[in-house]
Amino acid sequence: MAEYIDHELVHKRLPRRIALNKIVRGLFLASTLSGLIVLAVLLFDVIRDSWGWLDWQFLTSVTSFSPEQAGIIGAISGTLWLMTIVGPLTMIIGVATAVYLEEYVKEGRVRTFFETNISNLAGVPSIVFGLLGLTVFVRMLGMGSVVLAGGLTMSLLVLPIVIVASQEALRAVPSYLREASFGMGATRWQAIRTVVLPAALPNILTGMILAMSRAIGETAPLIAIGIPALLIPLPGSLFDSFTVLPVQIYYWTIDAALTAEYAYMAAATIVVLLVIMFLLNATAIFIRNKFQQRF
Amino acid sequence: MAQTTSVSELIKQKRNKSRRMKMEKGVPVLLFLAASVSVLTTVGILLTLVVETVMFFTDVSFREFFLSTAMQPLNRSDPSFSILPLLSATLLSTGIAMLVAVPIGLTTAVYLSEYATDKARRVLKPMVEVLAGIPTIVYGFFAFTFVTPVLREIIPILDRTNILSPGIVMGIMIIPMVASLSEDALSSVPNSMREGAMAFGATKLEATIRVVIPAALSGIIASFVLGISRAIGETMIVTIASGSNKNLTFDVTQSMQTMTAYIVEVTSGDAGAGTTAYYSLYAVALTLFLFTLAMNMLAKYISKRYREVY
Repeated sequence: MAEYIDHELVHKRLPRRIALNKIVRGLFLASTLSGLIVLAVLLFDVIRDSWGWLDWQFLTSVTSFSPEQAGIIGAISGTLWLMTIVGPLTMIIGVATAVYLEEYVKEGRVRTFFETNISNLAGVPSIVFGLLGLTVFVRMLGMGSVVLAGGLTMSLLVLPIVIVASQEALRAVPSYLREASFGMGATRWQAIRTVVLPAALPNILTGMILAMSRAIGETAPLIAIGIPALLIPLPGSLFDSFTVLPVQIYYWTIDAALTAEYAYMAAATIVVLLVIMFLLNATAIFIRNKFQQRF
Repeated sequence: MAQTTSVSELIKQKRNKSRRMKMEKGVPVLLFLAASVSVLTTVGILLTLVVETVMFFTDVSFREFFLSTAMQPLNRSDPSFSILPLLSATLLSTGIAMLVAVPIGLTTAVYLSEYATDKARRVLKPMVEVLAGIPTIVYGFFAFTFVTPVLREIIPILDRTNILSPGIVMGIMIIPMVASLSEDALSSVPNSMREGAMAFGATKLEATIRVVIPAALSGIIASFVLGISRAIGETMIVTIASGSNKNLTFDVTQSMQTMTAYIVEVTSGDAGAGTTAYYSLYAVALTLFLFTLAMNMLAKYISKRYREVY
């Protein structure tokens, strides 16, 4: 029988192949870590720039041309105002859409149509949503660049995220819970309202909070709807002008060429924004771990 | 014993039942209305973009928009509208971003899926994903105040605003997207295939390159395409760090304006409603929208059409 394998050659090449495997493993680990190193550098850079600027006065003062007196209370309150619209609106519409798709339509062309539409919408660049808001809410409906227009624009932007998260939450509720409630004589809506939704609530909330965190960090759509660069009065109603943290960061960053201090103020605002987002994400993880039921 | 129920009790039960039936019929209608909000959003986006773009093309010819090279929308005496300078900036920044995101993202995915222990993966994966959660405005600040000055030490001819630095930072932003989608594709390759390759004497690297990656290729390529789509639509990083120069060039050391940055400049600038510059916004946005839509559909097609089912 002929030798198909040249054992000598195999043995000669083996150490090199094993060494190559080890080297590449090291390179791949280095590549994985490189992303994390950039993250560390980014955080270090931002915190270093913000050093000395982030104090109580900065958090509680309104904006001003003079760096020593400027603060971000206006941007913080604008961000909160925005959330009062985006939160409830996306929660109601997003969960309702998910219930419709998961509990009523279930499968077929209607569902494919809605889901294709939602996934395409999730891929639309945020600046295009800004143009939609500018055209429809600000100009056509004549709202102007107010809290309501910004909130509606941002709600449409994060709606796909809330819908998809809620759909997954509903899908995770096992069907025997529904069948048990039908067996007890519940109607479909009663089963959804009293059994399915409560069971899915922790996961829905987690998705909601992550969507809020996305909305808080978005800048482009709000600049597109025309938020002013310098705003002194705090918003008092849905029909007042407003600014938010990321937009404030944007204007201070591009003005840093004129006044160097603006870069430090932008960095301090970034720290505040990141802390808020970190707290939101921590809350989401907490809710998931504390209330998530395993079925 | 016969159950005795008063007449009023029976009426009440009947009424409750009919109200419940009304709920049963009414709720799906309400839910459908909520679901149609997302469809209306798509319709709204398409309508606004298409209608205003038509207005734009009554003033400016297709020829000028797609074939000429000058972009001076706010020049009062002789405005010109060509998308090519914006397109070149978008393609350049996207290209640079993918040069960063593809190698790092793919190797990260391979490390996490093939080499890392379970424990290491549980620590590293969420950390890599933090990169995806950083707001783009923060990346923009980072590109402008840190990366550009550092690059200028190395490349002295680099302008204060340029397309290189935001391109690199955009790539870093996209790493988690490529890594996490590619990792999903890699880990859905069944272990029997790895074990089969290794039983033939392949090292882990050889098994990965010859067997696992080819088997997961559709998902990996789809992740690249989605990364491209994300880079094309990214706005704040380029708006802050790449400036507003509208020259048609492929010199990465220069200031350039992408399609997204142009939209920000015009909406936050002084182009009044009804001017050609204002309408040009929508023509650019429609082009941007079609590009990203095409990429997203391509990604879906690739992962569906070429997916191997195990």
